[in-house]
Amino acid sequence: MTRIGPRRRLGALDLRELWRYRELLYFLTWRDVKIRYKQTVIGVAWAVLQPIVTTAIFTLLFSSFARFDTGNTPYPVFALSALVIWLFVHNAVTLASGSFVSNSNLVTKVYFPRLIVPLAAVLSGIFDLIFSVVILVGLMLFYGIVPTTGILLAPVLLILAFVMAAALGTMLSALNVKFRDIKFALPFALQVWMIASPIFYPASMVSERWRPVFAVNPLTGLIDGFRSALFGLPFNWDMIGVSAVTIAAMCIVSLLVFSKMEDDFADVI
Amino acid sequence: MQAIRVNSLSKRYVLGGAAHNSLRDVIAGMFSRSGRQPAEEVRALDDVSFSVNEGETLGIIGRNGAGKSTLLKILSRITKPTGGSVEIRGRVGSLLEVGTGFHNELSGRENIYLNGAILGMKRSEIEARFDEIVAFSEIERFLDTPVKHYSSGMYMRLAFSIAAHLEPEVLIVDEVLAVGDVAFQKKCLGKMRDVGQKGRTVIFVSHDMNAITRLCDRVIWIKDGKLRLDGAAKDVVGEYLHDQESVGAEKHWPAASAPSSEFVRLTSVRVCDEAGATASSADIRRPIGVQISYEVLKDGKVMVPNLHFFNETGTCIFVTHDWEGGWRDKPRPVGKYVSTAWIPGNFLAEGSVYVGAAVTTYSPLEVHFVEWDAVTFNVIDSIDGDSARGDYVGELPGIVRPVLEWRTETPA
Repeated sequence: MTRIGPRRRLGALDLRELWRYRELLYFLTWRDVKIRYKQTVIGVAWAVLQPIVTTAIFTLLFSSFARFDTGNTPYPVFALSALVIWLFVHNAVTLASGSFVSNSNLVTKVYFPRLIVPLAAVLSGIFDLIFSVVILVGLMLFYGIVPTTGILLAPVLLILAFVMAAALGTMLSALNVKFRDIKFALPFALQVWMIASPIFYPASMVSERWRPVFAVNPLTGLIDGFRSALFGLPFNWDMIGVSAVTIAAMCIVSLLVFSKMEDDFADVI
Repeated sequence: MQAIRVNSLSKRYVLGGAAHNSLRDVIAGMFSRSGRQPAEEVRALDDVSFSVNEGETLGIIGRNGAGKSTLLKILSRITKPTGGSVEIRGRVGSLLEVGTGFHNELSGRENIYLNGAILGMKRSEIEARFDEIVAFSEIERFLDTPVKHYSSGMYMRLAFSIAAHLEPEVLIVDEVLAVGDVAFQKKCLGKMRDVGQKGRTVIFVSHDMNAITRLCDRVIWIKDGKLRLDGAAKDVVGEYLHDQESVGAEKHWPAASAPSSEFVRLTSVRVCDEAGATASSADIRRPIGVQISYEVLKDGKVMVPNLHFFNETGTCIFVTHDWEGGWRDKPRPVGKYVSTAWIPGNFLAEGSVYVGAAVTTYSPLEVHFVEWDAVTFNVIDSIDGDSARGDYVGELPGIVRPVLEWRTETPA
């Protein structure tokens, strides 16, 4: 029996229903991946070129001209380790934020749990993530970096990065339905976020005084932790802990925003 | 046993005022002291109650803008009601459009899976019915071709075949049959009948009164958001058609109840012949004018009057905007205006034409008012041999009927 009435509170959190629609989530993700590689001229090569070219540019800029102290880690691996996470987050958030607008025909014609739309967009980004992880492994082998047991934490940190991208992407997707100018502000905001995160420079470069502010950015703990995991360095648990808490908070805010807005999607879009 | 119970369902939309379209507006709004203009509320559905028995086929009729689409959207859970409730027993499949989510770059095979999943089919169900869907659509040979290379007929056949193989307990169908060739339409109607006879509950919305009376046991008529009549298909359709005729060739609105915004108010709409006389019918070969009179109440807006033409089946024939009247970029000063659009002769097909009248500002978009079915007129072909039908006297399909230039050569 289906009951339809005025708005529910926290409708987006109906996990049972979400589970019932898991096949649709799979098909939409599959469609997004398939279309992305069918439509671009270079296809899958894009997923490979993006991390390689960005790493090369960063290496040229920051190890030749502006030299950052990356300890014993060669700069290209240092940069790529962060780019694996950053490029995934960047692409996933960008795709998810526009997902309702690009799927407006679905939203106005069929019912399904709306959360599926941004989730499929974020999931489709995993395909690219796998490619960049493969390149990273290759580069580590090339530099003869032998992982320690710390590497076991790397997948956990990638999952956290996924959760963060999903939370942020979901929230922005809902806001973007009503406030279309988000798509203009987003690229700029992402650029600022990249500079504020220890991607092309080490987290240790930030002075003690600013460390707490710096750590509120969940990417700081994720990237720094990911590097520690890969290169067998000591973990900065405080920073990882702060990131985890921030990400949990982002999930809650995102679901609240989403549930508040989702009922009006079909009317507004 | 009741499959659907609708209890005093209402839906209100808020137009203008409260809705922000950009973050910039929100931020600017936080700093501006001036009170915002009061939002206008539209009641798309007003206290509608009915129930549908299991296995029954219910038709929903009503004019454009009467609230049928809103009702369907609520029943399909696409939008939420503002008041009242609906209880539905069983799985709901809704077809508000065929081919929802079809992607041009994907092959027919891929689209069957994608569209099936979007319509709520399980992967196992799609696999079980795959061959049947392909056979029904008659596109076997092109199964692995991207659908962008399909003809529109093939595309619609594939889309409808998937939809026709949906087997929910409750099926909600919007005007989707108005597509494809006649033979395929019949096949689809047949398939829908089967669905009805298998004990499934079907809700069917259409402007096509023939299809409605053929398919439905019972019909409800929605008028201005309210349930007007509920009863046997023939009776309700009869009453509805009788009511339709009350729309005339000319309509005036008193200032108090006229469709309006704070900037402009509709005063009248009328259909006229070349001499300027009000005309409820037009010779298919002669031009016909539709005149919209409105009063600008507050200046400062660029306004574009526009007219929407629909035929008897509810198909939009065309929409026309006044780009040429000299007011394209000029804000209108307060005053009375009369704008007339001339439809050339030998353009519309025979039959009734319903005209919707609106005034819109395009940048930023603001619909000041829309009055659907404001006026109606009949296009008549006296069959004198010089209209598009020539010497043919049978039924001629098509929503327009131009006289075209033909050339026949006899190459040596």
